[in-house]
Amino acid sequence: MDFGAIFQAAFALMVGLDPAFLAIVGLSLRVTLTAVLIAALIGLPLGAALALARFPGRAVVIVCLNALMGLPPVVAGLVVFLLLSRSGPLGPLGLLFTPTAMIVAQVILVVPIVIALTRQIVEDLWAEYRDHLRSVGLEGLRAIPTLLWDGRFALATALLAGFGRASAEVGAVLIVGGNIAGYTRTMTTAITLETSKGDLPLALGLGLVLIALTLAINAIAFGASRIGARYAG
Amino acid sequence: MRDIASILPLSVDRVSFTGEGRKLVDVVSFAVPAGGLTVLLGPNGAGKSLTLRLCHGLLKPSAGEIAWANGAAGRVKRHAMVFQKPIMLRRSVEANIAHALAAAGISGIERRQRCGAALDRFGLGERAAQPARLLSGGEQQRLAIARAWALRPELLFLDEPTSQLDPAATRQIEELLSGLVAEGITVMMSTHDLGQAKRLANRVLFLHRGRLVEDRPAADFFAGPLAPEARAFLAGELIW
Repeated sequence: MDFGAIFQAAFALMVGLDPAFLAIVGLSLRVTLTAVLIAALIGLPLGAALALARFPGRAVVIVCLNALMGLPPVVAGLVVFLLLSRSGPLGPLGLLFTPTAMIVAQVILVVPIVIALTRQIVEDLWAEYRDHLRSVGLEGLRAIPTLLWDGRFALATALLAGFGRASAEVGAVLIVGGNIAGYTRTMTTAITLETSKGDLPLALGLGLVLIALTLAINAIAFGASRIGARYAG
Repeated sequence: MRDIASILPLSVDRVSFTGEGRKLVDVVSFAVPAGGLTVLLGPNGAGKSLTLRLCHGLLKPSAGEIAWANGAAGRVKRHAMVFQKPIMLRRSVEANIAHALAAAGISGIERRQRCGAALDRFGLGERAAQPARLLSGGEQQRLAIARAWALRPELLFLDEPTSQLDPAATRQIEELLSGLVAEGITVMMSTHDLGQAKRLANRVLFLHRGRLVEDRPAADFFAGPLAPEARAFLAGELIW
């Protein structure tokens, strides 16, 4: 194998802005970012509520969520597949093998990460703020907006962890998306397919773009939180 | 807001608080009328901080009753509390004050006016936009007091407000507290600093092992305490 040629072809694809190539990158970003956004809307308030709530079985819930952070993507994909398949309970919606199904599967993968990390971050912050917040009358659910806002820089890291999980996984989107060219083909499913077909330049090009995007998003988030932390203490 | 009946006197009636199987506050009774500065004095572990927290409603008494003159204190409390270690939100100085006002349901122009007044009154105007957590310890405690003051409390509780500060910052906080009393705010604070108690107190509540052993005007107390524990404390003997 001529690695030099493979790298050259990969760079040509990236620099040439090949439409099919861009479509794959675009779909990946759309699916993953939408999934992270939805997971944040679900996970941030739930994680904060779990941090403040005291109820029987709370420890069990926390252990289960921590375990779900390691849920194998293929299993999440399988569950969503069963739900959305023609004979499944949500079959009539006709969502299987659509980008929407892929978003649903990735939300399931990301939500436990967001809840579990938010729970930890908010619980630590509550321990520090508790006396003052209770003193000014912010108890229970009324304390959540303050805690989420003041924990925003640490919480951004939790969302990044979720983004990392969603952007890197292949099993779930492959099962529920079906890797249909031009419709549900993402960077990770394309890399899997092209590698097995032997089209290494495309696989490598996509791999490099995936790494570059992940780096860029982390760099932006890191920079933003550094600047923000300087203004918020 | 001031036209509502006063919340004072506060009446603490045979209040006990049990924690970890021990009576940490043991059948304590006293009343706090309007005006003046009352110091809760006593060694570490006497129950000073717990008593303040019980009065402020952060803890529920295991027995006994804490009652305000106007009945239930309503949604907006008219007593505020400042803690030993200033709790600063990860926001600007001004936003710390605005947050407390928002929590009390004060919005719009009134919130901005009260914020500005608190910043001016406590000399924090130039610091308004700075992150609160980057202030010095003395400035943080000043902000904590300004934040409480903005809520216009009738009664202000302070739990060892200067125990983590250097002498200069301590003096500054003491001057602020005298100013608040002159303004008509009733102040109740805990300290184990005898000099501070002498400088500030109108009245001393001396606590020892969860019990209120002496409750007298400060001048009388320092002239000659009646309880043997208080005498030992004033003489600097270690009591526990």
